[in-house]
Amino acid sequence: MIKTLFRQTKGYRLASVLSPLLILIEVYMEVQLPFVMSELVDRGVSGGAGIDFVVREGAKMVLMALIALASGAAAARFAAKAGMGFGANVRASVFEKIQNFSFANIDRFSTPSLITRMTTDINTMQMAYTMIVRIVVRSPLMLCMAFSYAYKLNHTLSRIFIIAAPVLFSLLAVMAILALPRFRTLMKKVDGLNSSVQENLIGIRVIKAFVRAGHEKEKFRISNDELKDASIAAEKLLILSNPFMQMTVYGCIIAIFWFGGNLVVESSMTVYDLAAFITYVNQILMSLMMISMIFAMGVMSKESLNRVIEVMAEVPEISDKDADPSLTVDNGDIEMENVCFKYKKNGKKNVIDNINVHIKSGETIGIIGGTGSAKTTFVQMIPRLYDVTEGVVKVGGKPVSDYMLKNLRDSVAMVLQVNLLFSGTIEENLRWGNPDATQEQIETACKIAQAHDFVMSFPDGYRTNLGQGGVNLSGGQKQRLCIARALLKSPRVLILDDSTSAVDTATDAKIRDGLRKYHPDVTKIIVAQRISSVEHADRIIVLDDGKIDAIGSHNELLGTNKIYTEVYKSQQEGSVA
Amino acid sequence: MAPAMKHPGKGGPPKGQKPGNVKATFLRLLSYLGRSKAMLTVVFVFVAFSALAGVIGTSFIKTVTDEVLPSIIESGGKDLTPLVKTLVSLGFIYVFGVVSSYGYSRIMLQVAQKTLNIIRKDLFNHMQDLPIKFFDSHTHGELMSRYTSDADTLRECISQSFVQLSSSLISVVGTFVMMVWLSPVLALFVVIMLCLGFVAIKALGSRSAKYFREQQKCVGAVNGYIEEFIEGQRVVKVFCHEEKANADFSVINDSLRKAATNAHTYASVLMPVMGNISYITYAAVTMIGTLMLMMIPKTSFFAISAGSMLAFLTYTRHFFQPITQISQQFNTIIMALAGAERIFEIIDTPAEADDGYVTLVNARKNSDGTLTECEERTGVWAWKHPHGDGTITYTEWQGDVRFHNVTFSYNGKKDVLKNVSLYAMPGQKIAFVGSTGAGKTTITNLINRFYDVDEGKITYDGINIKKIKKAELRRSMAMVLQDTHLFTGTVRDNIAYGKLDATDEEIENAAKLANAHSFISRLPEGYDTMITGDGANLSQGQRQLLAIARAAVADPPVLILDEATSSIDTRTERLIEKGMDKLMEGRTVFVIAHRLSTVSNSDAIMVLEQGEIIERGTHDDLIEQKGKYYQLYTGQFELD
Repeated sequence: MIKTLFRQTKGYRLASVLSPLLILIEVYMEVQLPFVMSELVDRGVSGGAGIDFVVREGAKMVLMALIALASGAAAARFAAKAGMGFGANVRASVFEKIQNFSFANIDRFSTPSLITRMTTDINTMQMAYTMIVRIVVRSPLMLCMAFSYAYKLNHTLSRIFIIAAPVLFSLLAVMAILALPRFRTLMKKVDGLNSSVQENLIGIRVIKAFVRAGHEKEKFRISNDELKDASIAAEKLLILSNPFMQMTVYGCIIAIFWFGGNLVVESSMTVYDLAAFITYVNQILMSLMMISMIFAMGVMSKESLNRVIEVMAEVPEISDKDADPSLTVDNGDIEMENVCFKYKKNGKKNVIDNINVHIKSGETIGIIGGTGSAKTTFVQMIPRLYDVTEGVVKVGGKPVSDYMLKNLRDSVAMVLQVNLLFSGTIEENLRWGNPDATQEQIETACKIAQAHDFVMSFPDGYRTNLGQGGVNLSGGQKQRLCIARALLKSPRVLILDDSTSAVDTATDAKIRDGLRKYHPDVTKIIVAQRISSVEHADRIIVLDDGKIDAIGSHNELLGTNKIYTEVYKSQQEGSVA
Repeated sequence: MAPAMKHPGKGGPPKGQKPGNVKATFLRLLSYLGRSKAMLTVVFVFVAFSALAGVIGTSFIKTVTDEVLPSIIESGGKDLTPLVKTLVSLGFIYVFGVVSSYGYSRIMLQVAQKTLNIIRKDLFNHMQDLPIKFFDSHTHGELMSRYTSDADTLRECISQSFVQLSSSLISVVGTFVMMVWLSPVLALFVVIMLCLGFVAIKALGSRSAKYFREQQKCVGAVNGYIEEFIEGQRVVKVFCHEEKANADFSVINDSLRKAATNAHTYASVLMPVMGNISYITYAAVTMIGTLMLMMIPKTSFFAISAGSMLAFLTYTRHFFQPITQISQQFNTIIMALAGAERIFEIIDTPAEADDGYVTLVNARKNSDGTLTECEERTGVWAWKHPHGDGTITYTEWQGDVRFHNVTFSYNGKKDVLKNVSLYAMPGQKIAFVGSTGAGKTTITNLINRFYDVDEGKITYDGINIKKIKKAELRRSMAMVLQDTHLFTGTVRDNIAYGKLDATDEEIENAAKLANAHSFISRLPEGYDTMITGDGANLSQGQRQLLAIARAAVADPPVLILDEATSSIDTRTERLIEKGMDKLMEGRTVFVIAHRLSTVSNSDAIMVLEQGEIIERGTHDDLIEQKGKYYQLYTGQFELD
């Protein structure tokens, strides 16, 4: 973990070291001041030193403070640089890491949790790092130096600190230890309140439709009150830190007056030393207070740290490890041999169970099956979005793991069930398929995908700016653009995973027609709910519970295969007028 | 706990805020705090005690060094009673100070948490009363941030600023008075140094604000990019877009780094600068004070004693601290006010207006056909319609819904529905067919008044729905939506959402009707299985079955099914068909469906295109017409 973190300081190590060094100078100057002060006043007033001595020493003190100011300000600058640089490094490496994730890795973390880790958690870490660079060095340094000067000033009197410091520290420590579990409870209540509000926002139509606002208000009142009580319970302890601190400082001052006063009476100490000591009380105990605060902060940001480290330590499940960089996919031939798959290694049941199938290059294959029959999982094995648990998937005659992922996925284009477009223009989105595509290629792809006409109907045509997630397009329009985007890759294999569900049947037919006409050599795999989407395929695979129930053409399956016939009938219901 | 832990993205003063707004927001926030006026007064008194205890305590340096110790030394150093006496009184002052500190912290905690509790409650309760339009025009993230980051800055401000400001202010004034008393000359010098400090605060503050704004922008860009790309991660993988994504990200990430570095530099430079200005003052005062001690005769007005100078030195150190704190508090307050303003903005959004006065009541049918209102459930319901002249009429509740030339637009520009008229008699099933954006869902939004018609009117049993109380109107119809939302709770709770007082038997019957009973029984804990995260542990189809059961248990005469069976595969749909038929029996039903097989047995099918009904009739009529419906319908079976 330390090693992973250390790597993230790259480029900002100098700043990370300079900042504490400058702080060392700042603290050194600040700690000397009361000491010099005491000597100056003593020698000036009682020691009979001349005015020029006082002026010289006074100027020295001002200079020391100026040096402290300059180094303190520079240290702050370097700390900001180091902290923000560290944060940026962490953000970049986590982002890069996620780019290397396979689908299985993404499943394990879930999208919202990855987003929180990349935003809130990294920010917490960044703040903690900045603090560490500044205060973690500063406070112990201040503590030690101030103490040694106090000791130099008067051995006997400095014993007060030896007693006071541990007392304050243990008071704060006990408080922190007691408060910690209460803060954990508090965090849970905060999460609880937030997720109940979130749920409320998502379900607002249901709430309004069933007139349940009162019920929801009552639910919220309970979590809101619980949050209040948990906050009070946790902070009740935390607010003790200030009185504890004051109590110790005041105790020290009285002790210094008493013991110091005795020493002054015995003439073994000057009143100026006594005053200097009071300044050290503040320096020493403030540092202690800061240390305890940093400690608490560290504990609280540890959770964030763990969550980020977890992402960084995740091993991408799929890599180019065994790939041959020179290998390219020559044809769209697909073969599956004894393929089994389960999402979790220790899962009991195979999601895909011993599938053997050979799809010839250029064939059109339909895949049909009920909800949960593993249609999507089946096709995701082909571009190696998931690795098989057992068996081999071959594309173009070679196992998929022999290809570089980029080579494989450029040749096996897949249109996912959940269609996503990114902010930017339509053209920019289409260029994901091929950054160097000509305008003509783009238009051809869009014509086949039946997207050209509606794109041209927008005032800005292909330059139309899409909001985040393509919000100003209808579901069917998005699907068609996604198909065009995949076509621009000029793939050997094209997989459409229920990609025309929001497209009406007539347009759906036109898309399939276009594919047949313009891309006859491409192997086309069409996953669908609608019989009409697959009935013209060369062969149709009927999946049931992760197994192949039957393979055959529409005519072969109709009447002989029970599932296929049932699905067909259910969709035909009422059609006979 | 520490202010430094804050999300850096939320730092900095808000953009383009009008001063008038700030003032109004501030006053409003005060009025929330004002509810605890008595407690706040006590807090203020305690804060004053605590701050003054510190200030007075420091003056004992002078008392001890100038008076007590010399007198003991003079008397031979044997009798320490004066020192004991002085320290005992100092001890009392300090104990008083510590107790006050605890006192105000404890009371303030209560006040702050209570105030926040009330603000959150007001926010949430008001949000519940806002119209659907509001939720449609704000993203969830936007609204959530009111409860998270905005509430958080507010918490920090309320719990700290009041105490810190008053404590700092009292300390500064108290310390200054003491300094003037000790030595007016030195105090004048400190004032000069203070001006220097103010110059620094001002210079740093204005730059810091500028860089914080810049940082804010970059944080927005980076977070937006992260959200978009992590959500689209699977697409990135499929298109091998990883390298490009990394490259683009590193550009915006780097501009964030630069802006954040500047913002944080200026924010954190303030502490060492102010701290060391106080040390410079300390050094200078030491020198000047010593020179004064050496050169000015004791009898002079400007003379200073050693004790005074030593006490003065300590005051110097204490003088700048609260000033730094005050300047930091201003930042916190400005940020919190921006958050408060966003919260109040929601509280000020007009609630869903409801000028309806017609209500639904239990009724008894008299032998002559008239209706009488009664308390108990009779199974007969009536619309209670009070008139301007004081008379009340009762109309039997039947479920007759009509649209009279309805025109509607979401944005006032483009009409989503144009001059739509239709009628649904009690017990009829009316279906809407059409492509996305044709206006199907809009029709259901209008029936239950999520939105109000622009022109024309909708009547329910002959009564304009604008006259019916919204709650009663919605209670009299059940909706099953395409995106089924389930709530955290058990399966039973979720079904009972349709009728909070439903018995177990009613719940089970509803589940059976929706064909959900069998899968529920197979769940590990049956009806008591917990549903979490919007039903993530159920399939989309199962969730729709639960939503249907939820509508069934409500048992209303009007049912709206908006793509209610879209995620149920056609085989399962056939299985629940009987249940659905039974559910629809005797009710007025509006069905929106993508699949034509779902709607073909309707009493009337409306084909919508661009907000207009272009065809209407029964399935057979429409097939005969050979229009759009015919094309759609036949398209599914004969494509070429």
